[in-house]
Amino acid sequence: MAFTLYTLIQTAILCTNAIAVLHEERFLSKIGWGVEQGVGGFGDDPGVKAQILNLIRSVRTVMRVPLIIVNSGCIVLLLLFG
Amino acid sequence: MDFTAPQSGFRQRKLHPNMRLRNSSVDGSDGSQLFEDTSGAGPGSQMGNRNKQAGPQADAFAGQTLLSDPMSNLAMVYGSSLASQGRDLVDRNLDRFIPISKLKYYFAVDTVYVGKKLGLLVFPYMHQNWEVNYQQDTPVAPRFDVNAPDLYIPAMGFITYVLVAGLALGTQNRFSPELLGVQASSAFVWLIMEVLAVLLSLYLVTVNTDLTTIDLLAFSGYKYVGMIVGVVAGLLFGKLAYYLSLLWCCAAIFVFMIRTLRLKLLSEAAAEGRLVRGTRNQLRMYLTMSIAAAQPIVMYWLTYHLVR
Repeated sequence: MAFTLYTLIQTAILCTNAIAVLHEERFLSKIGWGVEQGVGGFGDDPGVKAQILNLIRSVRTVMRVPLIIVNSGCIVLLLLFG
Repeated sequence: MDFTAPQSGFRQRKLHPNMRLRNSSVDGSDGSQLFEDTSGAGPGSQMGNRNKQAGPQADAFAGQTLLSDPMSNLAMVYGSSLASQGRDLVDRNLDRFIPISKLKYYFAVDTVYVGKKLGLLVFPYMHQNWEVNYQQDTPVAPRFDVNAPDLYIPAMGFITYVLVAGLALGTQNRFSPELLGVQASSAFVWLIMEVLAVLLSLYLVTVNTDLTTIDLLAFSGYKYVGMIVGVVAGLLFGKLAYYLSLLWCCAAIFVFMIRTLRLKLLSEAAAEGRLVRGTRNQLRMYLTMSIAAAQPIVMYWLTYHLVR
């Protein structure tokens, strides 16, 4: 129950890491969540599944490099300060 | 009077509400329309600029009467011009990260509005018209429309909740000053997580709505009123009173959220109560219900440990 802002940051980093490790061709295509299934319908209603796939793909594209930096920083800080 | 056609684009509409409200005259308040100008410095940037330009000159005249030495006079003028430049820089940069002008709209409240809104939060069953009034494509300031969301009640409610939590913990001899900070950050984190969850679900269901993030923050902050009522009743009259008042406030917040969000999230036809088939409307209805149902859950979660 004792949530602090630090736990919020930790949660955010962990969740973003979890989304970033979903590999495109080894995993997502195998379960039908690949990039080609995301751009299906051309109506004005993309649907929930297409939105989720778009979100996963964009998070992976955008956050790849910042996550490298943040994770390295976290590792160094945890090694130094426990 | 600025009667130009409403600008295209959502962002432009949201960026200019203060300009529009300032230029058009509503209800005869003098000066800026969001706030009555009770202090010497005006709240709008136009008035602020005029004041800033008048500032160094006024300082210069004061310097001349106070010190007859021209060198210190010069230093004072230079110092005040530096200060105003610094303030300009800070204002401009701060406005990029935290939209100060947008925030001012949410704090433009008065006592009548706060009273009516609190009554609405506890007893929303008699209110008929839940639509937000618009004035030339921008929402009217909260002091003129009781349906508009504001940030004053959530902010005050949050602070009062932290204080009441401290009081409740004190009556159980579990109080220490660090616990106030723990309660505050805990409730704040829950608020942020709830707003993020609502934003995520709004994105997934592709709802075209004009609900901004600050609107969602305001709606999520309205539940603090019910929590405070419950905890105070529990402190005064015991556990049964806590459960009864919490039940009443949960039902009230549920109805309030559904009636407010219905007009914003659902399509026009569904919002009027007609049964519209289709997965999209069904999804939107489920989304509205789950947002409203999350409020009582969080209300109970954040207060049950305070009343033993």
